[in-house]
Amino acid sequence: MAQLNALQKRRQSGVVTMAILLVVFTFIFYVTSSRVEPVIYSFYLGDEWKLISEWKIGSKSGVMIFLIFALIGVTISFIQFKNNKKITLGSLIFGFGSIMAFLSWAAAGKFIPLTGLLQAAVLLAVPLIFGSMAGLLCEKSGVINIAIEGQLLFSAFVSAVVASLSQNLILGLISAPIAGALVSWILAYFSIRFQVNQVILGFVINVLVLGLTNFFYTVLLVPYESTWNAAGSFSAIPIPVLSKIPVIGPILFNQTIIVYLMYLIVTVIQIALFKSKWGLRTRAIGELPIAADSVGIDVNKLRFRNVLIAGAVAGVGGAVFTIGAVGVFSQSMTAGAGFIALACLIFGKWNPKGALIAALFFGFTNSLQSNLSIAGVPIPSEFMLMIPYIATIIAVSGLIGRVRAPAADGIPYLRGTK
Amino acid sequence: MKQFLFSLRRVTLLPALSFIFAFFIGGIIIVISDPIIMAQLNSPGKFLTSAGARIGNSYLAIFQGSIYDVNLARESGVVRGFYPLSETIVTSIPLIFAGLAVALAFRAGLFNIGAQGQFIFGAIGASYVGFNFEMSPLIHVLLVLLAGIICGGIFGGIVGLLKAKTGAHEVIVTIMLNYVAALFILWLLKTSVFLRPERFDPIAPDVNLSARLPKLLGADLRLHLGIFIALVVTYFVWWLLNRSTLGFKFRAVGANASAAKTAGISVPLVTTISMFICGGLAGLGGAVHLIGTEYALTAGVAGSIGFDAITVALLGQATPIGTLFGAVLFGALQTGGRTLLSNTGTPSEIIQVIQALIVLFIAAPALLKMVFRLKKSVESKSMAAKGWNG
Repeated sequence: MAQLNALQKRRQSGVVTMAILLVVFTFIFYVTSSRVEPVIYSFYLGDEWKLISEWKIGSKSGVMIFLIFALIGVTISFIQFKNNKKITLGSLIFGFGSIMAFLSWAAAGKFIPLTGLLQAAVLLAVPLIFGSMAGLLCEKSGVINIAIEGQLLFSAFVSAVVASLSQNLILGLISAPIAGALVSWILAYFSIRFQVNQVILGFVINVLVLGLTNFFYTVLLVPYESTWNAAGSFSAIPIPVLSKIPVIGPILFNQTIIVYLMYLIVTVIQIALFKSKWGLRTRAIGELPIAADSVGIDVNKLRFRNVLIAGAVAGVGGAVFTIGAVGVFSQSMTAGAGFIALACLIFGKWNPKGALIAALFFGFTNSLQSNLSIAGVPIPSEFMLMIPYIATIIAVSGLIGRVRAPAADGIPYLRGTK
Repeated sequence: MKQFLFSLRRVTLLPALSFIFAFFIGGIIIVISDPIIMAQLNSPGKFLTSAGARIGNSYLAIFQGSIYDVNLARESGVVRGFYPLSETIVTSIPLIFAGLAVALAFRAGLFNIGAQGQFIFGAIGASYVGFNFEMSPLIHVLLVLLAGIICGGIFGGIVGLLKAKTGAHEVIVTIMLNYVAALFILWLLKTSVFLRPERFDPIAPDVNLSARLPKLLGADLRLHLGIFIALVVTYFVWWLLNRSTLGFKFRAVGANASAAKTAGISVPLVTTISMFICGGLAGLGGAVHLIGTEYALTAGVAGSIGFDAITVALLGQATPIGTLFGAVLFGALQTGGRTLLSNTGTPSEIIQVIQALIVLFIAAPALLKMVFRLKKSVESKSMAAKGWNG
């Protein structure tokens, strides 16, 4: 066999890992499993066209069906590997098969509302997607953004307050990106003007925002709740026809305006970053600023602008927590979403599409976790919740393919130095 | 020892200026959040008087709540009047250990955000050894502390090992491990091993009497022996950094990893060892906190100590002695914050804001220089900016 290059080696180890996992899953979920009670998957939520309402299958048969899916996935990746192609498609099929096999095993004798679960997964993923896009815009241009959490929290706060005071949700939604950009401004100003270590800076910004929002929450939002913290929230807008499609309709096309905004923003970022002049310049200042400078790009100005845009994007994500969901602000309500968003960005290899998939996956594990514990499945929910974090550690350790940040990420640019 | 004290002078000016500036802004925030004072804005004289009184009262309350309480002393004696000071020191003790864990890592060129997780694991180890065994007090305490060091050390060591072997960035790994630790302790406290008999809420049994640190000033004040352990450990870290070969290697790697490599220092080894020691320090903090004040392990045992530790280490400019003072100052602020609400109606959350502002200004010495129009008089070791890839 011919010598493999580094990329092919990684693909090879990917295929081997999947094959080993498949054997392990087969062993745990099928061979040693004594669960025979059927699983009921329900698909129908009520508004869409009725195609199938539920699907009842014995735990073992279900596991077998989905393990076959996983096997097909491994086979496809093997063929892709042999033909020297990306193994993404095969891995996705493998992932789907494994998760469903796990679910069929874990939820034996239980009722799983699959469409509802996926709908919740998308909702949980939305702030993560906005957050990881904010991280992406910063880091692609060479500024590390640990402050996503602070951007989300502050804009959640501001959008709730503005929407309450004005009794206008749209004004709340407009104020959110401004609030996010304001937080970003601190990051940009200190990191670009003063070359402060961006990781430390991001950390401090998070503490500052946490303190400020907690303070004003206690001073203003609690005592004057009816004027300061009664925003209400957007209701879902079903898109005609599309929202009627079974399963997919309720998941993707019966959501709030912020979710539709998310589709738009992700698409724009994906296209702009790789097809526009701005995108090329942004990637240049993130990889090799000195080269960008030498062709006349003002590195620090562009960085400043991109960091502000990133804050605005995170800001819209912050609005999801308040006016996009519960309608009121509560203390530290983002609860680490900014850090999971950072994890998504890294897990998605600093790529919009990758970050999107990672965020959906993390949203899915979160939603799955709450559904399983509601159904009474005896798997500690804590371990399910750990999945995003452990997956990220595995990803940065290079156990599944190497992830690499933009080369100049986190390094301040000063003319005349390298 | 002379050197040890000398480093004190070098690190005081910048933090002092940051304090003044942060308290100034904190005062503004207190005033603008008070509708009654803001209503007087049309008569400037009145406004300034009441705003000044409001800020003065707030900061006086912090002082009374953290150092010496006159009212308490009048009622129940002078010693009792120092109850706030005892609380301040008790609050500072875990911050000292966790702060050192962050500071030492800084010096070795690593940003240890994971003190929180390492602290939690130290407390878990200490709790297990503390309530499961019964032995003579001195040995038991030593064993408990050792358990804390080992558990925290391993949890921190993983980070160093991953960084050394695979290049995984310690910031990302420690952020993620903090969440893993927080979830792990939630789960652990529900298991039969750690669940207190006849209880259903997640709380472990109290550690046995033989494993507790003795109180120093009678049962009324919570001040315990941990402060001496903290002082000894601070000195140890100073000695390690400035007087030992290993510490020299840490600083060499921290200052310039490729130069250190050229000089024959094994960077992966130093990274692993330093993260192990840092984890051990934070873990020891968890153990001391558990057997000094908490006794029973709960999910909130670490509070936000591991995160405050980062601000403490930054405040102390990543030197051991600076970290010690930073921890005491933050301990005082947090203890004082508790009386702030009861005495003046200002929510204690303002303390968080002031803490963050202090560190923001310390991290950006250039800003302070600009504001105070200093030239080169402010000595500062700004933390070198580094990228994800190196």
